[in-house]
Amino acid sequence: MINKSLKQLAAMLASKDISSVELTQEYLNRIDRYNPEINAYIALDQEKTLAQATAADQMLAQGKASALTGIPIAQKDIFCAKGWQTTCGSKMLENFIAPYDAGVIERFNAVGSVNLGKTNMDEFAMGSSNETSYYGKVQNPWDRSRVPGGSSGGSAAAVAARLCAAATGTDTGGSIRQPASLCGLSGLKPTYGLASRYGMIAFASSLDQAGPMAKSCEDMALMMNVMTGFDERDSTSLNREKEDYARDLGKPLAGLRVGLPKEYFAEGLEAGVAKVIEAAIDEYRQLGAEIVDISLPNTMLSIPVYYVLAPAEASSNLSRYDGVRFGHRAAEYDDLMEMYCKSRAEGFGAEVKRRILIGTYVLSAGYYDAYYLKAQQIRRLIAQDFERAFEQCDIILGPTAPSTAFKAGEKADDPVAMYLQDIYTIAVNLAGLPGMSIPAGFAPADDGKELPVGLQIIGNYFDEARMLNAGHAYQQVTDWHTRMPEGVTS
Amino acid sequence: MSLSTTDVKRIAHLARIAVSEAEAEQTLQKLSGILGLIEQMQAVDTTGIAPMSHSQDVTQRLRTDVVTESNQRELLQSIAPAVENGLYLVPKVIE
Repeated sequence: MINKSLKQLAAMLASKDISSVELTQEYLNRIDRYNPEINAYIALDQEKTLAQATAADQMLAQGKASALTGIPIAQKDIFCAKGWQTTCGSKMLENFIAPYDAGVIERFNAVGSVNLGKTNMDEFAMGSSNETSYYGKVQNPWDRSRVPGGSSGGSAAAVAARLCAAATGTDTGGSIRQPASLCGLSGLKPTYGLASRYGMIAFASSLDQAGPMAKSCEDMALMMNVMTGFDERDSTSLNREKEDYARDLGKPLAGLRVGLPKEYFAEGLEAGVAKVIEAAIDEYRQLGAEIVDISLPNTMLSIPVYYVLAPAEASSNLSRYDGVRFGHRAAEYDDLMEMYCKSRAEGFGAEVKRRILIGTYVLSAGYYDAYYLKAQQIRRLIAQDFERAFEQCDIILGPTAPSTAFKAGEKADDPVAMYLQDIYTIAVNLAGLPGMSIPAGFAPADDGKELPVGLQIIGNYFDEARMLNAGHAYQQVTDWHTRMPEGVTS
Repeated sequence: MSLSTTDVKRIAHLARIAVSEAEAEQTLQKLSGILGLIEQMQAVDTTGIAPMSHSQDVTQRLRTDVVTESNQRELLQSIAPAVENGLYLVPKVIE
């Protein structure tokens, strides 16, 4: 049951082999059993969850079901869900009960999907290991002493440990793809503007994008069909015709031009990861793809550019947490200024404060041109790298992350080392392109433990259907995506 | 460029985040590391390059000037730290 695809689960629901309530209860039982250690979920509400499952069973009985009706989905705690505690991994929002639904949540509710619970994440999505969460770290199901990646670490661990049928994530610099890579699952960040940001707690607005995290590309296509679409309440939402992301899943890959950026295979990439990626590329060759060498010369600049733009936007977005209308307020203060300063000092964790300070500094009087403007100019150079590359190829392949999952605590004290985790993913956000990660095998860590490796597939704007086609074709000839970690299968 | 603890305290004040002397010292080290990383940008010649904020060159949409929100004061104030008679409470700011 737990390894079945969304399509198989939908068929079982349609034929009444199982009800949504039974399926949901099965996952709730697994969560009861495994979550106390893995800590993938930080908010659960069985009553609400089962009420949705009951309503889904009625939709099924009335013949109103679609692909995800009655399917239990884990929601990243960055999405406001009405009546649910929504913390964004922060102490600041510990007492925040969302008074409305995010656009993405509305879409799942409209088709009768079941919200299983809210998943753990790095505080305000700032992190690559889930260690900045106020609600404790998440264990990587493949090796409990290692991190699941971040910031969507709870969603990644929930999918990997089969504690949900599928999950949502958000990706500002790699927060869907890097944890998908480290936990051995599939994750897709869509073209910027496809999924609504309404009710998705803002980190860096020009980069944040929601997407699916699931067991396979086929499952992600079904999730994309529900998650994406125009929302007038999000000023950067794109008004495009609705498309079926599963339409090209069965297409052959013969003639597909696959670009390999030399910068993604240079120094810094672990040898074990490189070996797995090379084997995956061979697989694509055998599927009939034509391999093309390309260059993305400004790749290294994506990290400095990102660490200007993202903190700048974050410092502005997070100024709303003032302890007045919602969120944490200090217990004692003498005046308004002290109330602001103490509430924010107590409510935010160390990494969030660092990024707010960096952002405040680069936006402060006299520095705008040297930092923010400069970063936006280089951002265009990075986007132009991809523009040129896509004249030579249809999709780009490479590693998602430079290494496999690292030990908890290993990089927690060195922000710059942590930031380098996202070297292959950040440029995609800066350019606004779609990117995804799919399981491509295992590489041994220094202690000999075999850990999942993710293959990154980058597509041109609005080319998600083609990327899912390329990923699905690979998943038809390999079985990496069906592997499950030991200790959670019973 | 290098920062001092005085700079850190000034930035923290602009960001409305209280920092102690010890925190300012620690923060200084971490921020300097990050700013060192950012400094790599300065080697790039960006003369004449238009800054990019959105990949799709979209323009701001306008909506009809009508009321779209309903009054949900009680619901919205139920999550506030301090309210009285339908008003948010803050320390006195006007003498």
